[in-house]
Amino acid sequence: MTATLHQFERNFEDAPRAAAKTGRKPLISLKGVGLSFGSHEVLQDINVDIGEGEFVCVIGPSGCGKTTLLRILSGLIQASRGTVSYRGKAQTEPASDIAIVFQDYANALLPWRTASQNISLALEAAATPRAERKDRIAHLLEKVGLSKHADKYPSEMSGGMQQRLQIARCLAQNPSVILMDEPFGALDAMTRQKLQDEILAIVSESNVTAFFVTHDLEEAIYLADRVIALEPNPGRIAELIDVPLARPRNQLTTREEPEFLALRRKLFDFVLRYE
Amino acid sequence: MMKALKGFALPVLLLVLWQIWATVAGIHSDTLAAPVDIAVAFVKGFSDGTILSATGMTLTAAAGGLLIGAGLGIVSGFVFGLLPPLSRLSRVTVEVLRPVPAVAILPIALLVFGFGYAMEMAIIAFACFFPVMLLTESAIRQITPRLMEVARVMRLTATQRTFKIVFPAVLPRLFLALRLAAGIALIVSVTVEISANPQGLGYSLMMAGQSLRPADMFAILFWIGLIGWALNWVLVRTELKLFPFHALRRAAE
Repeated sequence: MTATLHQFERNFEDAPRAAAKTGRKPLISLKGVGLSFGSHEVLQDINVDIGEGEFVCVIGPSGCGKTTLLRILSGLIQASRGTVSYRGKAQTEPASDIAIVFQDYANALLPWRTASQNISLALEAAATPRAERKDRIAHLLEKVGLSKHADKYPSEMSGGMQQRLQIARCLAQNPSVILMDEPFGALDAMTRQKLQDEILAIVSESNVTAFFVTHDLEEAIYLADRVIALEPNPGRIAELIDVPLARPRNQLTTREEPEFLALRRKLFDFVLRYE
Repeated sequence: MMKALKGFALPVLLLVLWQIWATVAGIHSDTLAAPVDIAVAFVKGFSDGTILSATGMTLTAAAGGLLIGAGLGIVSGFVFGLLPPLSRLSRVTVEVLRPVPAVAILPIALLVFGFGYAMEMAIIAFACFFPVMLLTESAIRQITPRLMEVARVMRLTATQRTFKIVFPAVLPRLFLALRLAAGIALIVSVTVEISANPQGLGYSLMMAGQSLRPADMFAILFWIGLIGWALNWVLVRTELKLFPFHALRRAAE
């Protein structure tokens, strides 16, 4: 874990994220996306471009369609209106290089498979040759700090460990995009902060694009390059907020920066309007 | 080990009290026998092979009936679990047939098959079929939708989905159904033998009772109890061995 963190810091010294951000072309593009169930409109006119390597967080009061938006991006469900394109092509079904980290890790992991076997599932799905799997699995377990728990079943692991395992399984897909649906919502505060830093390290290391749904406003600011604020009934974009905080971020100093506090205030005011 | 021994304390104590009472009161009954006499009958039954051959018959019938009943139950449970409309269509039929006590179809089975294994197995199969079918169907229904989503996101093929997600998810519950059905099979086989079929442990029990040999009767009775206990012990062990995660999960809940 510490190894990845150091690497993460190095990476960022080499290539400041702010520089990488300019001039990228959108990887995912949503134009006029809407979704209705019968007469009930869940999402309305969503327009947003997400660049390669960008970390986008989605916040908003409950019922504003955060998770639905993520599911549309994943291709698990189809928008009723508008277009969703991924790498310039219409996104009609799950793509092999888009991974999802679900909030309910206990349901998303296969209880009958050990940690390494769970990771193996993604490799089996991608038809990775058997000979390569072992090394890849060992590498991924190390990356999320679970090397010592390779042969444990999910039920023998803590919540934080299970979520790490799910993240490792997603990484086994070699994703270009990781969609995360309140992944740390069920974890305690300390574990959550640790995992926030780990996910930042992983994302920057492999230049993955991240789409992160959360109800924790500080978490959104801490992680994101850009925050999408959704408002409810029907769910639509209220505001796109750039987060100009320097990287690498630090759980103590970043959260004390005036900009962080100003954004925090702004987002709280926004959400409170709908409470 | 100590725990297992403790479990034997009560039955042993009861047997000793029973023996003391039988000796003191000096019973010469047509319905009761002293533990020592029962033990003698037990040893005799084993040495002349009568108990073993009867056991073989009963277990053969029970295993055959279980295989047929549980097999059909699993197949139809899968079909109904995967095709809910079909399940709804057959609901009434199932609900009408299910409460029929297995022994109640004895007269029909007797007419169709006559005495012997076929008749007994048919009744056992009937008794095992419904619980296994219903448990299989609910096992399939209880696969969490999240797992199927994981399968979609990873783009597993239909075959991969079946063998890597559906089967392993269902297997532990299927085994549980099998364990339940095995108990039913033993009960029904002995019942059928007592009430009609002239073979196996049930019939021996019946004959011992009718010819006023209580020691033989109790020997067989205890033997049936032992078989049931051993069967369950073996199946529970197998379950732990095959599905360690399942046991862990249940322990955690």
